[in-house]
Amino acid sequence: MSLTILNVVIAVVIAIAFAALNAAYLVWAERRGAGRIQRRPGPNVNGPLGLLQPPADGLKLMTKQLVIPGGADKALFVVAPVLAMVPAIMSFVTIPFSENVVARSMNIGVLMIFAFASLGGMAILFAGWGSRNKYGVMAAVRAVSQNISYEIPMLITVITIVMMTGTMNLKELVAGQSGGIWNWNLLPSLSSPLMPVAFLIFFVCTLAETNRAPFDLGEAESELVAGFHTEYGSMGFGLFFMGEYANIVIGASLITILFLGGWGCPLGLFPSVWWFLLKIYLLIFSFIWIRWTFPRTTIYGLLNLSWKILIPISLFNLLLTAGLLKVF
Amino acid sequence: MSGPIHIQPGETFTLNVGPQHPATHGVLRVKMEMDGEYIVKAETVLGYIHRMHELMGENRTYPQVLPNLSRLDYLGALGYTHGHVLAVERAAGIEVPERAEYIRAITVELNRVASHLFWFGAFVMDLGGFTPLMYAIEDREYILDMLEAVTGSRLTYCYYRFGGLYNDIDDEFVDRARAFIPRMRKSLKKYDALVTGNIIFRKRLDGIGPISAEMCRKYGATGPVARGAGIDFDVRKNEPYSVYPEFDFDVPVYDECDSLARYNVRMDEMEQSLRIIEQGLDKLPDGPIMPKKKPKLIKPPAGDYYQAVETARGSFGIRIVSDGTKNAYRFKLRSPTYSNMSLFDEACEGMMIMDALALMGSLDLVIPEIDR
Repeated sequence: MSLTILNVVIAVVIAIAFAALNAAYLVWAERRGAGRIQRRPGPNVNGPLGLLQPPADGLKLMTKQLVIPGGADKALFVVAPVLAMVPAIMSFVTIPFSENVVARSMNIGVLMIFAFASLGGMAILFAGWGSRNKYGVMAAVRAVSQNISYEIPMLITVITIVMMTGTMNLKELVAGQSGGIWNWNLLPSLSSPLMPVAFLIFFVCTLAETNRAPFDLGEAESELVAGFHTEYGSMGFGLFFMGEYANIVIGASLITILFLGGWGCPLGLFPSVWWFLLKIYLLIFSFIWIRWTFPRTTIYGLLNLSWKILIPISLFNLLLTAGLLKVF
Repeated sequence: MSGPIHIQPGETFTLNVGPQHPATHGVLRVKMEMDGEYIVKAETVLGYIHRMHELMGENRTYPQVLPNLSRLDYLGALGYTHGHVLAVERAAGIEVPERAEYIRAITVELNRVASHLFWFGAFVMDLGGFTPLMYAIEDREYILDMLEAVTGSRLTYCYYRFGGLYNDIDDEFVDRARAFIPRMRKSLKKYDALVTGNIIFRKRLDGIGPISAEMCRKYGATGPVARGAGIDFDVRKNEPYSVYPEFDFDVPVYDECDSLARYNVRMDEMEQSLRIIEQGLDKLPDGPIMPKKKPKLIKPPAGDYYQAVETARGSFGIRIVSDGTKNAYRFKLRSPTYSNMSLFDEACEGMMIMDALALMGSLDLVIPEIDR
């Protein structure tokens, strides 16, 4: 019994370390990537290729004073950044990186990740409301309506997949797709011909759920200054930042697990954790690419996209799959 | 502020956009009365960087005021100094050699392209796309380098003199300008592919931010703002000055009155400016750049003089009332952005803040020019 607890503790520590490392170095990757896209070098002074930039930034943020604005709701203001970071880290616990590299394989893995992802929206609401800043409140309201309206098509898509595979365990989801690219959920199957569309919906929803451009309305810097984290400095801001990148890793992991065969090789050979990492980093690169290419949508354009396009299509897909599953 | 806040239904709140706000591109303040995301009423507050250029124009001699004019608009400074030298030349009756006028037209158009390029980048950045700014700056840098080589400065030029120029252009400048034209045309195609065709971009501008022709007339809006509302007015065509009648160019006019129309006008204007530069380089005559006879001390005869020029932002007018001394009796600047900005309050009523700030971006504001 105590050995299991020890195992879990070690796994959680590794999950935290992985999340923090990813968050720090994805910022570096994002800035370097943006630099390449914009034909400028990006951070390249500290260390080789600027690799020491994240620790330097982290140190700077940690040594700065945490300023709580007058009139702010202190409890909410302090809790919010923690609430942004912790669920993101907790979600790592159940993500299977390979057959054996998984902290805790749960039968309700998918549900747990979505439950934690919903907490992220609350962190933004707390931050915006707690800092008593008009821009913050406006951004928080935007972000919450965005999170709610994009969780629905996302969950409907997940239900479609769960219906097809009959499991909510992330490990079994991947196991069902093993054996090569032709078994991946990404491709249309007899019972669910609209799978590529579902993948696209899920991809767009992931962008929206992680508050990434072109859906970064919660921190639309040209109209809402810095959105919900306007009043945050020092590590409060740092935690929001890390939470955002940790969420991106989770989003990419989920896409990989649900659609791209997890740790399986496209040709069905040598499944390993490296395939998983390769897939999530390719996805993350595409997120970065999209962010630095597109302008931002409007709040009503965003909500229209979800309620008028994504939800009807994903519902149709769900019904179609349900019907075809009966037939075949 | 402590204790709970009780919000009544239908209650509005005041949002101060500025004086320090990323969307206002300078020290401009807009007091907005907001109902959630909607603007109920907006009130523009100006004057944060007022520097009394008009008064300086009255207690300094005409040449001493010349550098002031390029401090109005740091993006398209040559157009403003051009207005000043033209006004004083008209007042004092100074002849300008043809070569100087051609070089003025070429450099002003180059400066206009640079200004529109920067606007393009900043406007797309207002909409949340950061990358086009970097591409635009790269092209703009080419122009700035070119102008720096002949004028000696990169932003606040003081290149024109009463009667001519400070410095003649050399072959290198001509070569670089010729090389710039195909390069810029290629870039414009790239911008079209990257930005103009983007569905998110079009959805944010198409049919949004209406500024009607009546509104333009009411507030005196000129330049691309008026031309985006279907008003075919360009000082270069309607009240020709300098050597512009010699050039063959079109005035792009769009009737849609929305933010996209104003965007399209500016993008087309860059192409037209390139045409003017091309023709100017072809027709460039040889000769002096300063007149042989020029008064040592500029004392225009008593009278009232007005000169309008088309700058990157619209019609810029200078009124000089002279009493025959070496200083102007009255020095009045009519700056285009001031008029264009004035219609913002009316135009943005009832809009959502995102669209209103896109509308503000499409006005191409340069704050020092509003506040003079």
